[in-house]
This record gives sequence, C-alpha cells and structure tokens, in this order.
Amino acid sequence: MVMIAIGVVSLLYGALAGPGIKRMAANLLLNNYYFLSLGLIGLFFITAHAVSESGWHTSVQRIAEAMSSFIPIGGVLLLVFFLSGGLHLLYEWTNTEQLDEVLQGKTPYLNEPFFYIRTLVFLAGWSILAYFIRKTSLQLDIDGERKYFNRLRVLSAVFLVFYALSSVISSWDWLMSIDAHWYSTLYGWYVFSSMLAAGIAMLIILLYVLMKMGYMEHVNTEHIHDLGIYLFGFSIFWAYLWFSQYMLIWYANIPEETVYFYDRHLHFSGVFYINLILCFVVPFLALMTRNSKRSFTILIPVSVLVVIGHWFDLYLLIMPGTIGGEASGFGLVEIGTTIGFLGLFALVSFLTLAKAPLAPYKHPFYKESLDYHTHY
Amino acid sequence: MNKYLTAYYNDEEDLLEGLNKIQSEGIKVTDVLTPFPVHGLDKVIGLRRSRLSVIAFIGGALGTLIGFFFQAWVFTVDYPLAFGGKPFFAVPSFMPVTFEMAVLLAAYAIVFAYLIHNNLGPGSKNIIYDERITDDRFLILISLEDKADDQIKEVETVLENAGALGITLKV
Repeated sequence: MVMIAIGVVSLLYGALAGPGIKRMAANLLLNNYYFLSLGLIGLFFITAHAVSESGWHTSVQRIAEAMSSFIPIGGVLLLVFFLSGGLHLLYEWTNTEQLDEVLQGKTPYLNEPFFYIRTLVFLAGWSILAYFIRKTSLQLDIDGERKYFNRLRVLSAVFLVFYALSSVISSWDWLMSIDAHWYSTLYGWYVFSSMLAAGIAMLIILLYVLMKMGYMEHVNTEHIHDLGIYLFGFSIFWAYLWFSQYMLIWYANIPEETVYFYDRHLHFSGVFYINLILCFVVPFLALMTRNSKRSFTILIPVSVLVVIGHWFDLYLLIMPGTIGGEASGFGLVEIGTTIGFLGLFALVSFLTLAKAPLAPYKHPFYKESLDYHTHY
Repeated sequence: MNKYLTAYYNDEEDLLEGLNKIQSEGIKVTDVLTPFPVHGLDKVIGLRRSRLSVIAFIGGALGTLIGFFFQAWVFTVDYPLAFGGKPFFAVPSFMPVTFEMAVLLAAYAIVFAYLIHNNLGPGSKNIIYDERITDDRFLILISLEDKADDQIKEVETVLENAGALGITLKV
C-alpha cells in the first residue's frame, strides 16, 4: 500500500509537465477537495450517529474514523496548494486589478485575507475536532467509562453545528467562487449531498477491502444492508438537490444563472449525462431490491460507480470555470492525480485502522450493534 | 374454512413457545391473530417475506409512465402551449408531475393490495374469532377440514400440552 501510494504520486508529478500548469492545478484542487470531503463525511458519519445515539454504526465506526484521519493531511495539502499559487491560477476574483463591477461588489467577501482566514478556521476546526473525537473514541475503548461516551456526544454536537456552517461556506469559497459571477443558494447543500453519497460508497468499499483481507468478522449482513440503504437514499437525495437546482435555473431562464449550465451543456455534455447516470440512475435501479443491498456482489460495483460518478460531479463543478471547455479533457493527468490521492487516502486510512482494534469492544452500543436486525 | 379450532395465549412469549411445540408435532397452524406485531412470529409460523414491494414497484413504474407520457401527449399533440420560451417537449418541467404520479400510484397500489389481500376495508365481512384479540389475547387458528374426529382429539391434546387456553372447536 505504501509503495503504491508513493510510486503513483511521484509518477504523476512527472507526467504533469505535458498538458499545462493550469490543468494540473485544477486537478489538484479537484482531488484534494474530493478526498478531504470523503474524510469529513467519515467524521460526519460518526458524529451524526453519536448524537442520535444509534447503535448499529459502532461495528463500522473505526472505518469512518480512519477516513476522518485524512482531514488534517488533506487540509494541509489544500492550504499549501492555495498558498503556492493555486489561488491566483484558478480564481478569477483574486486578480484585483481587472475586476468588473459585479466582482468589485463582492470584494468585501471575496478578498484574499478573508479567504485565508475562513480557510484556516475551517481546516483547523475540522482537524482539531477530528483529533479529539478520535481520541475520545479510543479512550472509550480502553476503559468504557460513561464520561467518554458523553464527551463524544458533546464533541459530536459541536462538530455537527460547525460542519453545517463550514461545509456550506467552504464550498462557496473553494468551488463556487471559481464561477465568481454566478451564484446558487442551493450550492452548499448540493456539494454536501454529493460528498455524502460518495463518502458512504467509499466506506462500503473500505469495509469490503477489510473483509476480503479477513478482518471485520463482527460485521454482518444487517450492517451491510444499512449502508446499502444509506447509499440508495443519499443518491436519491443528491438527485433531488441536483434537480432542484437545475429545474429552477432552467425554468427561470435568467441569463446570469443559465450561463452556468450553458457552458456545461456545450462542452461537457458527455460528462453531464455520465454524472447523472452514475450518481442517480445506477444506484436507484440497482439498489432498489432488498437482496442487492445485502450482497457485496451488487453493492461493490455500484459503490465504485458512485465514487467515480461524484468525482465527475466535482469535475463538472471545477473544470468549466477554471480551464474552460477547449483546454480541459480527461486524460492521464486526471487519472494519475486521482490515483495518487486515492493512494494517499488509502495509506492514511489503513495506517489509522492499524492503530486500534477494528471492533470497539467497550462502546456501550457495541452489543446492540451485533444484535441489530433490520425488520423490512 | 368451515371446521376449525381456536385457542389463545395471554402472553406473546408463551405464544411463541407454544407455537414451536405445536408445530414440532406436525400440526399446521393456519393463522395467528395478535393485538400487536409480535417479533419473530413470521419466522415461527413460516411466513414468506411480503411481496408488497413488488406491487409498489409496479405501481410506481406505471405512475412514472402514465405521468410522463400523458404530459408529453398533452403538451405536444393535444394542446401545445408556448410559455416561457420553452420547447413543447420540455422534459424538466414534466419531472415533478411524473414523480408525484409515481408516488401516488405506488401508494394506491400498496394500500389497495393490502386491503384486498387481507380482506379488509369497506364492505368486507370478517369473522370475529375472539373478541379479545384486539385487546390482550393471542389467538391460534387451526383448520380441521381434512381431519377425522379422532385426529381432532389428538390436536386438542397437543394444544393443551403446549399451554394453550380456551381450546374451542367451531364448526
């Protein structure tokens, strides 16, 4: 795993010289944001369940924790990326000399110092909370004291409130401000729902890999069924938000809004439909029956397709605004950078997984998780 | 069912235990009537998984097709109206109605399939086997259509041994 990651990461950086620095930067942003968000969804998975005091998730919570361990690393990478010129390369509004009227009006919000302050606050907040949540969870495993269980709940609630705001605002900052003239009030939720579905799919894939390697014996079909339900449900949720945004823009037909989809239809129509098929049609039809949610033979291909589909979703959010229709494409750079980040993500996750027992034996709900049964 | 036997339990744990005993003697239990859903009962009396989801899917698929193609026909053939500069065949604007139709027909299909299959709803005639099954009794029904008198005695003994109360033969 170590060698794959390092090998691929270095390979890419060699291959990057070809298609231009801007395309490389856009790819770095895409993958950095994607895997950072997958980590955040891992943390969201734990915290949402901790706050709602559910039991079944304890069997897979170590995997979600492992995903969340990527947050600090992804955060540092993203910060380095912005500081080393990525910000000026990709974001039109940073070019303060040539702002038109609209963008000048947005300078109170879209200016570099404030942008960096927000970025720092979000990344630091996420990393610190991720660290403490993981630490508390491990402490809970050592002595199983009620104190840690309660602390976990408090930390989770804090994270959820913080994340509700920061996930939306960070998606404005890092993604929507690429198309600085355009705006959508649904954007933050749309991006969140996309990452949520991808995060659940990634969780299923990691679970499958671990089970193939002979670990996670305590996970039974009921847990897999529930993850399948999540994947099914959040894919529909994503489609709902996608359509809500598209439908209103299409119906109102206001030029300053439709320009966003015009560009995506003109140069990216292939990706546009691939995205819809992979993220909605495939999971909706394939995971409709009970049996398909309970067997890995269907769940795993669907999860892989969903992960790829939401990668394309981000591709559609980033590429048209940064490098435009003519210059962008799908080639070695895209695949290479993705594999590099995937390797890094997997490396970090598995290193974290190796540090603690895969089953939280002393979690108060662990027993409940084993007895858990889906009644439909 | 003209000839059958009823017996009841006062507690669902006793019911499950008793059912296991009765069935291990080779007696087929026709139905069990309970005041509330008993966990694990469907497994004990060997019920298959409900096929209601299939009906829901058929209803939903039908609703999708009807909703979509009806609009497509209305807005392109029957009564084309130009509004908002949109084409006549404007797929995005069909979607909300299509979705609603899918949900509506799926819901109708489920409700009516449920009522018809369980012989419920307005106009249905149901035998009241025991007035207290809606209160606190768990009733077992055993059909005796194909059983001779000495076999009936046997069934009654098995029920008694399994702790069933109020064993009544109804003809």
